[in-house]
Amino acid sequence: MADLSTRVGALTLKNPIMPASGTFSEELADVFDLDCLGAHVTKTITRERRSGNPVPRVCELNGAMLNSIGIPSKGAGWFVKNTIPFYADYDAPLVISISASTADDFARFAEEVSVPGVAAIEVNISCPNIEDHGKAFAMRPGSTEDVIRKIRSATDVPIWAKLSPNTGEVVEVAQASETAGADALVTANTMLAMAIDSRSGEIRLGNVMGGLSGPALKPITLRMTYQCAKAVAIPVIGCGGISTIDDVIEYLMAGARAVQVGTATFISPNTMPRLVGELDATLAARGLASVEALIGTARLSGETTTLAEYT
Amino acid sequence: MPASPCVVPDTTSAPLTLGRQRSIHEVEARIKSHDWVNGQYRLIVLAAPDTVLDCRPGQFFHLLCPQTDRFQPYFRRPMSIYSYDREKGELAFLYKVAGAGTSAMAELETGDTLNIVGPIGQAFEIKPEWQRPLLLARGVGLATLAPLARECASLGRSLTVICSARSPELLMSTELFRHYGAEVITVTDAEGNSGVESLTGLIEGLIASRGIDAFFTCGSARLTRMLQDIGSRHGIGGQVALEQHMACGIGMCHACVWPFRRADGAVNLRVCREGPVFDLQEAM
Ligand SMILES: Cc1cc2nc3c(=O)[nH]c(=O)nc-3n(C[C@H](O)[C@H](O)[C@H](O)COP(=O)(O)OP(=O)(O)OC[C@H]3O[C@@H](n4cnc5c(N)ncnc54)[C@H](O)[C@@H]3O)c2cc1C
Ligand SMILES: Cc1cc2nc3c(=O)[nH]c(=O)nc-3n(C[C@H](O)[C@H](O)[C@H](O)COP(=O)(O)O)c2cc1C
Ligand code: FES
Repeated sequence: MADLSTRVGALTLKNPIMPASGTFSEELADVFDLDCLGAHVTKTITRERRSGNPVPRVCELNGAMLNSIGIPSKGAGWFVKNTIPFYADYDAPLVISISASTADDFARFAEEVSVPGVAAIEVNISCPNIEDHGKAFAMRPGSTEDVIRKIRSATDVPIWAKLSPNTGEVVEVAQASETAGADALVTANTMLAMAIDSRSGEIRLGNVMGGLSGPALKPITLRMTYQCAKAVAIPVIGCGGISTIDDVIEYLMAGARAVQVGTATFISPNTMPRLVGELDATLAARGLASVEALIGTARLSGETTTLAEYT
Repeated sequence: MPASPCVVPDTTSAPLTLGRQRSIHEVEARIKSHDWVNGQYRLIVLAAPDTVLDCRPGQFFHLLCPQTDRFQPYFRRPMSIYSYDREKGELAFLYKVAGAGTSAMAELETGDTLNIVGPIGQAFEIKPEWQRPLLLARGVGLATLAPLARECASLGRSLTVICSARSPELLMSTELFRHYGAEVITVTDAEGNSGVESLTGLIEGLIASRGIDAFFTCGSARLTRMLQDIGSRHGIGGQVALEQHMACGIGMCHACVWPFRRADGAVNLRVCREGPVFDLQEAM
């Protein structure tokens, strides 16, 4: 068996496959043994109780979906008392995802949830569903640096910054996260989108706009993963549209040290354990001893020809 | 295939060997038969392994509809269990051919396979004091209520079933309900006896004549509200099976929430997890 383990900063994961926030919960234990995953990542929570957005909260597209779930949250107290202990039964490290509407609230909340059992805090600074009109911290380097710096000073737990594809400044936002003290980046959250029923004229989400995820998102978040892995020294975790083993391998080759699987779990709840098995089989078939051997190996084809410059 | 680092749960019927309880399974089931019941509804019967046949009335499966030339559904589609039979190893769904997913499913033929996830959700509960239940089904809601009728029959309950549809040709399963010993009443829009007013009169008459002491319903928000009214006036409880758009189907995404009244205020519950069967009076 190949060595599937991977390091994300100070954390060692037994394999690089983990769920994406919001597409995973304790209920998946009804389907398979959650300990076969590299890590567990919980749905974003907020400090205060929230009820989330109006229905319909999801709609399907061709090879993609939109969601405007929002962040329904039972609050910090409930989470610490009920959710964190559930995962204590497992060996896989627990990553919890948090959100808040100001940098100071983010920092206070991060401090409050830095409790035993939490291996890393993923800071969702990119949710298109919580801020006004889809604005998020991770759209600009300045707001990213400010929020990560405040969170950094409030906790010693590793911080994973979850970035947004809804920005023209991917590299600058990634570097701002690193400068401010993030331990890893997750690329990326959903892309802000909408859909209309062409027959009835009805907007297909109760919240009008929502986040695009699933296979259609992959080329965009793969590109972000590549850009970020080139631009920062901290580890990058790929996320967006992964459903097959080839998707996993592409992200690793783009420079990701681990990957998160979201929407694909809705289509087949066994996607993640299947990918763990297939990763092992693929490494064996290619004669590779470890996951490490794939990371960052994407290169331009030797056949690339530089074309003539017009003068 | 090389030994995998974790048990890869089946898309076949291989049993899982891990210690923790696995109640929901993803399996490929072969189609034994697939027939039109009328112009809009199809009955699909699957050869299903024992692992998924530990079902109860009111539960559902999440079906992966195929990709075809004409239809490319992405999400799974939730379907109530119409019947299950452990001895024959059979599981059946009765469904209305509507949009992309169900139209794609309608193209499946005997011998093809269908990927199913289940059984999922909370089942109907027939409380001991509910001796004379009334089942009210609108449209395909009767698919959900059919296994409940069988369970009522096996528990010796005196059963009344009202089937409501747009027209007489779209009424289904009335013989099946009679076979379970039910008194079956049909109403249709075409005959003009399916409106709330005439149904209210009919049901109040049945309360008086047959001593109805519980309501079960599925398939219509309008009829659910009507039963809530009649129920609160006559002190009759019951349950409703709800439908809501789903993504994950197993409780992870919070797409399928519905509001409910509780003593301490309104709550949003997941139809796929806390439901699809809920207390009749609590549903908003
Ligand atoms: C628990 C449960 C049990 C059900 N049991 C049955 C049954 O036994 N027989 C039957 O015919 N129908 C049943 N339905 C409704 C069935 O799921 C929808 O008719 C079906 O999903 C429509 O898919 P489509 O591809 O035809 O339509 P499309 O219009 O292509 O569907 C688009 C999207 O909307 C969703 N959607 C559309 N209508 C509904 C609905 N009424 N409920 C939930 N999601 C919907 C689809 O799942 C899909 O995600 C049930 C629904 C639920 C929630
Ligand atoms: C229904 C749903 C809910 C989500 N909720 C969250 C969330 O709470 N926090 C978050 O950081 N990302 C959330 N996401 C985004 C995913 O974590 C992931 O970044 C995105 O879906 C792209 O990956 P995918 O294509 O594999 O799904 C959600 C996605 C979906 C589909
Ligand atoms: S459909 Fe995902 S929680 Fe119900």
